[in-house]
Amino acid sequence: MSATGIGAPVRRKEDFRFITGKGNYTDDINRPGQAHAFFLRSPHAHATIKAIDTKAAAKMPGVVAIFTGEDIAADKVGGLICGWMIHNKDGSPMAAGAHPALAQGKVRYVGDHVAVVIADTLAQARDAAEKITVSYDVLPAVVDMNAALKKGTVQIHEAAPGNRVYDWHLGDKAAADAAFKTAKHVVKLDLANNRLIPNAMEPRAAVGEYDAGNDALTLHTTSQNPHVARLVLSAFIGLAPEHKLRVIAPDVGGGFGSKIFIYAEETVCVWAARKVNRPVKWTADRTEAFLADAHGRDHLTHAEMAIDEAGKITGLRVSTKANLGAYLSTFSSSVPTYLYAPLLSGQYDIPAIYCEVEGVYTTTAPVDAYRGAGRPEATFVIERLMEVAARQLGQDPAAFRKKNFVRKFPHQTPVIMCYDAGDYNASLTKAMALADVKGLAKRKRESARNGKLRGLGYSAYIEACGIAPSQAVGSLGAGVGLWESAEVRVNPIGTVEILTGSHSHGQGHETTFAQLVSDRLGIPIDNVSVVHGDTDKVQFGMGTYGSRSGAVGMTAIAKALDKIEAKAKKVAAYVLEASEGDIDFKNGHFSVKGTDKTIDFGSVALQAYIAHKFTGAQLEPGLKEGAFYDPTNFTFPAGVHICEVEIDPDTGVTRVDRWTAVDPGKGILMSRWPPWGPGRH
Amino acid sequence: MATVTMTVNGKQVSADVDPRTLLVQFLRETLRLTGTHVGCDTSQCGACVVHLDGRAVKSCTTLALSCDGATVTTIEGLANGTTLHPMQEAFRDNHGLQCGFCTPGMIMSAVDIVNRKGHDLDEHTIREELEGNICRCTGYHNIVKAVGAGAKAMAK
Ligand code: FES
Ligand code: FES
Repeated sequence: MSATGIGAPVRRKEDFRFITGKGNYTDDINRPGQAHAFFLRSPHAHATIKAIDTKAAAKMPGVVAIFTGEDIAADKVGGLICGWMIHNKDGSPMAAGAHPALAQGKVRYVGDHVAVVIADTLAQARDAAEKITVSYDVLPAVVDMNAALKKGTVQIHEAAPGNRVYDWHLGDKAAADAAFKTAKHVVKLDLANNRLIPNAMEPRAAVGEYDAGNDALTLHTTSQNPHVARLVLSAFIGLAPEHKLRVIAPDVGGGFGSKIFIYAEETVCVWAARKVNRPVKWTADRTEAFLADAHGRDHLTHAEMAIDEAGKITGLRVSTKANLGAYLSTFSSSVPTYLYAPLLSGQYDIPAIYCEVEGVYTTTAPVDAYRGAGRPEATFVIERLMEVAARQLGQDPAAFRKKNFVRKFPHQTPVIMCYDAGDYNASLTKAMALADVKGLAKRKRESARNGKLRGLGYSAYIEACGIAPSQAVGSLGAGVGLWESAEVRVNPIGTVEILTGSHSHGQGHETTFAQLVSDRLGIPIDNVSVVHGDTDKVQFGMGTYGSRSGAVGMTAIAKALDKIEAKAKKVAAYVLEASEGDIDFKNGHFSVKGTDKTIDFGSVALQAYIAHKFTGAQLEPGLKEGAFYDPTNFTFPAGVHICEVEIDPDTGVTRVDRWTAVDPGKGILMSRWPPWGPGRH
Repeated sequence: MATVTMTVNGKQVSADVDPRTLLVQFLRETLRLTGTHVGCDTSQCGACVVHLDGRAVKSCTTLALSCDGATVTTIEGLANGTTLHPMQEAFRDNHGLQCGFCTPGMIMSAVDIVNRKGHDLDEHTIREELEGNICRCTGYHNIVKAVGAGAKAMAK
């Protein structure tokens, strides 16, 4: 291992610019002649737009242009898309309503985009927006899923009768029903997994630019996946062909899923830049982030578990209503279906599982992937059932889990996934020791003496990460493949540039990806730079989400490094006048087996470029290789949390006494210092 | 328009501004000092913290005009030339950041905490004092470590 390789306690390469205020986030970008966009948003959850009068607003100081849905339609700007087709139980496709970037005829949630004002300054755009008069016919709001699905409830989209987007299922219903018929115990549970708002610290922002000389557009934006943004803006929304549209996502201040999606605001900014022939900038304020970032979760679930005499789980039935909000956001349809139901088996060997999910339109902000996207929702269902079942059966929750853990791998669950490896029992046993579960009874007695209640709960989770094998997701309805690309460019002096389709929004790829190169080539991370987030520099990539950058993005780099090593060995063979098969590569040095002839990596790189030791007929000069890596399976990280709390029954004040997590795996970037103090987990 | 004059990071600056201009807008847009961030614009997140006459303030809720004649230090003015401030070093050494968006405000608040509370800060004090700074990435653990270490280093 090199001193800065995998597992080394290095400093992060990106940190110097962040701690000195020299980061480059989208809102830090200002282009000459730039105008500012302000979006007039719907104050109603549901209304038809009768008329929009922009005359007075257009006369306000500094106003450059005002656009509404009519202008978008006249320019044939395509609607925002949902990139994952879900099919109903009967095989028919889901019912998706149109999603224009600026509302056309109707608004469907508070914050929906009604008009955009573009002015010389943001304050002027804001002032002018106040002068726009919109006359609405207010319609009933439908925020509750049960109400939305009730017969006779007002229609949110004509295209989705009964406000049902889909009625989907997974698993073998007959097998699950049979398990319940013969069950000794049946445990039932109703759960609400509440909606939440992602709130990355950096609000979303966009700067659209038009280069009239080349008829080309550039979009600087807060994106986790700039290439996907370009693909959608080009191929579906139709703003410009891909070679005429550059998308740049510079430093991104957190995403948590919310910056995966292609939203109305960036679409409008880049479209309007061409219309007004000036750069157009928009930055969300926090209020807008609450209103118009895609939200997360929002499930209502009824779940049932069948258990036999011996305490073994024999079946699981889950019925979920998923709130998708007023429009289908980019990947929304997949989150409560294929990213959810396939994880319902948790860490347990469950022979029969059946899950049905209704996707529901409501007059609320769109819901899409948020931190774990569907998989934590599945963990919540199965782990709540495990706790409730153990209690109902009078069993210890840990023992009940241990009895039902998957123990043999690979393990095919009844819901698509094939777990490759794991040792769930070891994680739980370790966590219990760290949490001193044995001492709970004593601590409980002490709390009782002080008039307090004490208890602990477990959550043993599994995720399907490293998203994802392209063919597999394609067969499930995904509109894209989920491989990743990498290019390794070795410069003549042996420094290295990595171009990757992954994109960091805080994960530290500039360091961890460089550590991989350091490990493989024996050069320090300071000699490696990582290029990402610009569609003009990196050819293509799928971006960062679904815990895929390490598993898929770094593997693509590793594959490209394999090719670099193979080519460099050829060069070394010519330089060292040996046969290629006799060349070894270790610790950054090439050597001839059984001799003391050796040459370092940097010198081989130089030889590859000066090309004096071989002819063009023998070998191509240069040292640059690329790879696309498509994973063959998901990865299945699994672990366990134990949380112990003490509650004051008089006041309800709850104190987390200890929280223990065991999450097996090898760290890439290790902490430089020991933890703060003993006893903290 | 009104004229405002202040000393920012040791340099005297003067500009005509719309009276409603906030200090953070003045710093980011007029002076192009984009290290100070806006995370919430409602005094909650602390991404915009700068030092105004030596005290930490939220520049998203301070009018630029009210700072006329004042001395302002932003994250860009904290290091001494190429030598980082000990608190900056401590954040880097302790991995007290991920996306870096909250970091300038965190560091400016942390220095202010040390100025007010001294160099020997326990964990409880640090956590309580950081109440006005939100980080969505780190879970605070390493930030708390960084502030403790930075406080000690500032004594040297
Ligand atoms: S931007 Fe000032 S406190 Fe959040
Ligand atoms: S490091 Fe991302 S918000 Fe704190």
